[in-house]
Amino acid sequence: MSDAAPAISQEERDELRRHGILLTSLEELYNWGRSHSVWPLNFGLACCAIEMIAASMARYDIARFGSEVFRPSPRQADLLIVSGTVTKKMAPQVVRLWNQMPEPKYCIAMGACAISGGPFKQGYNVLKGIDRFIPVDIYIPGCPPRPEALLHGLVQLQAKISGQAITGPDAPRHLRSDIECDCPVPEFGAHDLEPTSNKGVWTVPVVIK
Amino acid sequence: MNAHPYAFLALFLGVALAFPLVMLAVAQAWFRFFQPGKPSRVKNDVYECGLESTGDSWIQFKAHYYLYAILFLIFDVEVLFLLPFAVTFTALPAGALLAMLAFILLLAEGLVWAWHRGHLEWK
Repeated sequence: MSDAAPAISQEERDELRRHGILLTSLEELYNWGRSHSVWPLNFGLACCAIEMIAASMARYDIARFGSEVFRPSPRQADLLIVSGTVTKKMAPQVVRLWNQMPEPKYCIAMGACAISGGPFKQGYNVLKGIDRFIPVDIYIPGCPPRPEALLHGLVQLQAKISGQAITGPDAPRHLRSDIECDCPVPEFGAHDLEPTSNKGVWTVPVVIK
Repeated sequence: MNAHPYAFLALFLGVALAFPLVMLAVAQAWFRFFQPGKPSRVKNDVYECGLESTGDSWIQFKAHYYLYAILFLIFDVEVLFLLPFAVTFTALPAGALLAMLAFILLLAEGLVWAWHRGHLEWK
């Protein structure tokens, strides 16, 4: 149906809604439902995890956005919040957890460390961003980001989910059979992780001297 | 209409059965028509906090912990009945006193049995 003109435009739909008539599509209903019940994985790495915990408590109350159900098992989680420094020792575990989550799944890189290694970027044992191994949907800068920033990131993720199409070439990963979801789990090599990055989600930047 | 006073329970039962069944059917239909399954070795592996799993998930636990349950029960039940016994101790007839004595002796016998079998030894 994506190539045909919609029978009713968004303006007409909004106008009907103002008069108390709810007209929706399966796509809108599906996205509305899942964007307001994003269950994060109960998984903290470093100091950002403290802010993540604070966001789930009464003062910041992540339950307002439907994400208070922190799941202790990746089988039941939709969202991986990488909250803190990912050491190279920990990276395979993070990638394995990501692989064990069922689709549709999303990833938030929370804080400078999860984005790029942050203040520990020069460290020999610190992964310089989790996006080297798994596809990241939302980046939240900060060191650590405040709970409000995490909530803002969550709202941004909800907006992203709401905009996803069910069919067609723009359909997300989990609705298409031609895209593989498995991220290879890195192994400990002699000097670094092997491979050092997932070529499917990250391109190695070219250093120009 | 003169319905049975508990007819609404049958309605509740029907809804309670239909609701999850409809949910499961919708999820199954969604999986069949829209979302392709993408199993992989890592995904189907035994979950162990992200670590690579070793061995099988079907392991056996030692059944000998029942001894601790029995020992706990001896002291727990004793306390449970001794407290009201002690509260009304002065107002009790002789029959009740004898019954309580038999009860405590029965529990004590359990303790003696466990002691005799060496279950109180700290190994």
